[in-house]
Amino acid sequence: MRLDIDMAFVDRARSAAGRIADGIQPTIEAYTTTSIERTVLRLLGINGVDENDVPLPNIIVDQAQAAGLLEDGIAYWIGSAMLHQGLSLSEIANALAREEVSFDRIPRSDHDTVRRVIEHEATRVCSYIKGRRLQRERLIARSNSGTPPYLYVIVATGNIYEDVIQAKAAAKCGADIIAVIRSTGQSLLDYVPYGPTTEGFGGTYATQANFRIMREALDAVGRECGRYIRLVNYCSGLCMPEIAAMGALERLDMMLNDAMYGILFRNINMQRTFVDQHFSRMINAYAGVIINTGEDNYLTTADAYEEAHTVLASQFINEALARRSGLTPWQIGLGHAYEMDPDMTDGFLYELAQAEMARIIFPEAPLKYMPPTKHMTGNIFKGHLMDAMFNLAGVISGQTIQLLGILTEHVHTPHLQDRYLAIENAKYIMDNARHLREEITYKKGGIMEKRANEVLKEATSMLEQVAEISLMSAIEDGMFASVKRERTGGRGLDGVIRKSERYYNPFPGIFMQELTSSDFSPVLWGNPAKGQGRGAE
Amino acid sequence: MEVNMTRVRPYGDTLDDGYMQLSFTLPVQCNAEARKAAELLGEKMGLEDVKVVYSDNIADNFSFFVVYGRCTHSVDMTAIDIPKVDADFMSYQEINGFIEKHIGRKIVVVAACTGTDAHTVGIDAIINMKGYRGEYGLERYPWFTTYNLGSQVPNEDLLAKAIQVNADALLVSQVVTQRNIHIDNLTHLAELVEAEGIRDKVLLIMGGPRISHELAIELGYDAGFGPGTLPSHVGSFIAQALARTIRNSKEHTKGVYP
Repeated sequence: MRLDIDMAFVDRARSAAGRIADGIQPTIEAYTTTSIERTVLRLLGINGVDENDVPLPNIIVDQAQAAGLLEDGIAYWIGSAMLHQGLSLSEIANALAREEVSFDRIPRSDHDTVRRVIEHEATRVCSYIKGRRLQRERLIARSNSGTPPYLYVIVATGNIYEDVIQAKAAAKCGADIIAVIRSTGQSLLDYVPYGPTTEGFGGTYATQANFRIMREALDAVGRECGRYIRLVNYCSGLCMPEIAAMGALERLDMMLNDAMYGILFRNINMQRTFVDQHFSRMINAYAGVIINTGEDNYLTTADAYEEAHTVLASQFINEALARRSGLTPWQIGLGHAYEMDPDMTDGFLYELAQAEMARIIFPEAPLKYMPPTKHMTGNIFKGHLMDAMFNLAGVISGQTIQLLGILTEHVHTPHLQDRYLAIENAKYIMDNARHLREEITYKKGGIMEKRANEVLKEATSMLEQVAEISLMSAIEDGMFASVKRERTGGRGLDGVIRKSERYYNPFPGIFMQELTSSDFSPVLWGNPAKGQGRGAE
Repeated sequence: MEVNMTRVRPYGDTLDDGYMQLSFTLPVQCNAEARKAAELLGEKMGLEDVKVVYSDNIADNFSFFVVYGRCTHSVDMTAIDIPKVDADFMSYQEINGFIEKHIGRKIVVVAACTGTDAHTVGIDAIINMKGYRGEYGLERYPWFTTYNLGSQVPNEDLLAKAIQVNADALLVSQVVTQRNIHIDNLTHLAELVEAEGIRDKVLLIMGGPRISHELAIELGYDAGFGPGTLPSHVGSFIAQALARTIRNSKEHTKGVYP
């Protein structure tokens, strides 16, 4: 072992995280949400808008909620409406949206008949999504996979067509992964905007059309370069599962998808978030998507040295919840960040210790390492050096996904040349120190080993405390990110509905059957035999 | 070395040599013509002896340049007048002592990241207990009562809270400034405060990485704080500005709402 970590604590922490996840599971099972029901409609192919640009899934789910029917699941009621009116799915959706048909007038149909009709449609879309996953695997098999850490950059122009230019340029410079940053505020919209968009603030709206435009562009540039370029978006906020469905249909490869981020940093209701994250992660799992968790955020509001254990604790919780949604370990891209104060003596040692610790504790996870942001000042020259140190820590500790730091962080969303300089920096450092990892060992009982074990012990005791009082109570007490959130506070609680005994949603059953089968093993990088792209061992 | 303050120019290694460095991208293939174009651009910007020291093709039809040149322009610094935040910066102890002596009650501050802005790092640094760079935030000051409403707060909610708690000061943080979204947002808040008829009851203060005191004054605020601001800077300003108002109006009206 590279850094001697007390594995007894790792076991204790993982078992506490398991108890925490089990504690929240009854809530997850008992409720559905408006966004889950809208997702069901989207998966069933209902994804248009009316003449006022209101998405049909919102119109129909709102109607069902107003009629008090959502507790049975929208799948049951849309099926009943189809049968009663003798219309197809898209016909009944349009008729409901135009108010030609009203849920009030639809009698309950026989459950088994509804299930047969809906199951047929659901199976068809699931095999389409699975086809998209297999298509990814074929494209990966045909291309040069490169070596981790994979280089991840963001585009954020607000205009999807401009994003395409920037993304293609970045891919040609050597970027492996492109994330399209969302317009600020989209996480709090309770609907998904529609169509290609050219106006956004600090980012570009996540729409299904925008996903498709960028997917096609990255496939094209990937063919040119002989590499598979991965596309990332944000499966978070009030529409978390809907975005997952859109991403699954459009073959996105990664999704930012954290179990607690929305609660802590966007003040979204905790019940809403826990219920939503479960279904969205099932979709991601089935689509072969790698999720990226958001632990880096803990350090933007708190000190990176003092609060390091909260990152680790959250990683364990995210892992436990993700496993319960059917994600394989190599789909769980746990996040962490290089955010210590650059004025700190030995800061690099602490950063490297924590990066190595994460690598050892989560050996199969495609860890996502986030760059310095908090201490970037606008001094682009020093910032470029900090990014270089971050890149060195990434390659030495064998991270999988390296979100590249940009010298103009804190100044503007990256310009074309900023991204070029970031990629040049990373390629230089990582090629120059490619096998350093295999040449060095750390001093027994040294600063780094002590640091890693200290963080692990603190995280373990925090997790055991949380397991004791339950996750929701821990969040109410402000144990994460020093933010207190009420169980019934925050946005989106009005969209949380207790399921009836008759509740019907065809998708979890279809997904979980596949996800729990022993041959479910999505290929995410090249060389599955070499451990799915995890850091070079 | 005698610098002529009426004609200040960049310094490379000799006074008044005018050396500047720039880097930029042109949306064209990188070739001899493109390098010439970069040089000509430098000349048009008022540089002489322009040298394109580095160029590279960074994407199809995009080339990157690093350019040096000597700036032919100068500025008269004696003619510059920048509005500055009017306060003598005091320490944590001094601020609390000052408030106790000159105001005699706790100062109420309501703070938020308003509009769609979700970046609370700035406002948290100023308000929250923990503070920033080893300094406590205003929440920790015994003579301040603070309400940090967090991110993405509508201006209307911020104002409603201010009225509810008789705030002496409103602190607005704006980090996202793409397409000048912050200007619209800050202007809107100033208008709301005006419309409520409480503009003279409350100090309006803005902060953020792209915020200056000049901008604050332009938009009708009392102060603007940019990068590097510490909690004590904001605390000093609020305490002194409030004390001034109290001195000026015998009747203490700040924080008392109609």
